[in-house]
Amino acid sequence: MKFSYYPGCTLKNKAKDLDEYARKSALALGVELEEIENWQCCGGVFTTAKDEIATKLSSVRALKQAQDKGYDLVTVCSACHNVIKQTNFAMQDEEFASKVNNYNGEVYDGSTKVYHYLELLRDVIGFDKVKEKVVNPLKGKKIAPYYGCLLLRPNGVMKMDDPENPKIMEDFIRAIGADPVYYANRNECCGGYVALEDAEQAKQSSNRVSNNAVNCGAEVIVTACPLCKYNLVKNGSKIPVIYFTELLAEALGVKEN
Amino acid sequence: MDNNLLKEELIRISGAKPVKCMSCGKCSATCPAYEQMEYHPHQFVNMIANGDIEPLLNSKSIYKCLTCFACVDRCPRGVEPAKLVEAVRLVSVRKQGNNHLTANDIPQLLDEEIPQQALVSAFRKYTK
Repeated sequence: MKFSYYPGCTLKNKAKDLDEYARKSALALGVELEEIENWQCCGGVFTTAKDEIATKLSSVRALKQAQDKGYDLVTVCSACHNVIKQTNFAMQDEEFASKVNNYNGEVYDGSTKVYHYLELLRDVIGFDKVKEKVVNPLKGKKIAPYYGCLLLRPNGVMKMDDPENPKIMEDFIRAIGADPVYYANRNECCGGYVALEDAEQAKQSSNRVSNNAVNCGAEVIVTACPLCKYNLVKNGSKIPVIYFTELLAEALGVKEN
Repeated sequence: MDNNLLKEELIRISGAKPVKCMSCGKCSATCPAYEQMEYHPHQFVNMIANGDIEPLLNSKSIYKCLTCFACVDRCPRGVEPAKLVEAVRLVSVRKQGNNHLTANDIPQLLDEEIPQQALVSAFRKYTK
């Protein structure tokens, strides 16, 4: 199985772990990820304005390249996934697409299929198959899945899971042999980029999440988002925060390869 | 700009429908930035519907919204408050010289771990 792969800016720098373990695990699961050539940064957040064209171009170029190669597109970073998926949806509107296509000088219609890595595990490979490949089950480990905002919302576009009662990360945690911890704030915002100019606001939001996970008995928090990880750790999470791909690589026995 | 024109502009940019609001307050109740906002999501909706827009344009509240879409997904009427907040912010930062963040501000805001994602996101939201 081969897919186009969009790593994004942070996975090439501060979140190399997220990328490296995603690639190693994919290989172990028999999936080939071909990086989009000359991809450009998605911009980190989707701009909802109907008259914003330029901010959508980089995502459209990646989507178009995947389409030209005949592959579905895989993302790992929550932010890239959110921006690319929302852009793809916006491109299904003919009037909007015609403006973007005028800029880019090529025709794209929003038809590339976009998978987050978790969806790849669930919908393409299957969590049962992932479970079969686990050589080092993380037995008894109590893991709090942290969805944040970007993976799930807006649900009408993201369509990953039930936005108020998601289970894809819980099912992933079970597939690698560990125990998911349920806690209320798993789909609330960490404070995001406001950390730059209002550290106190980010601290409040982050602590609401990490304290809730700790109080519900978690030993570790997993995330797919570099900014969620940064905010939770920076603001004193009492338990470690790690990328889901690192746990996957560990369970598959390919972490040190 | 004339208040009615401004209201039309905000509705055009956002594609949202403030007139559908039934004032239940769920958007503000679920907003993670509620405590930091001078005007809360339900007030954005209400004030835009009433053409009372200048106070919003001049409020720091437009930089507190993180577009986490909690208010969008949880609104029982499909009003999409976050898109209205974004439209007000854009009308503000699109004015000449009105960027909320500049490259010169960045060095003093950095630490060793901050991900690139935070910087590009902030620039996309705060700057034109």
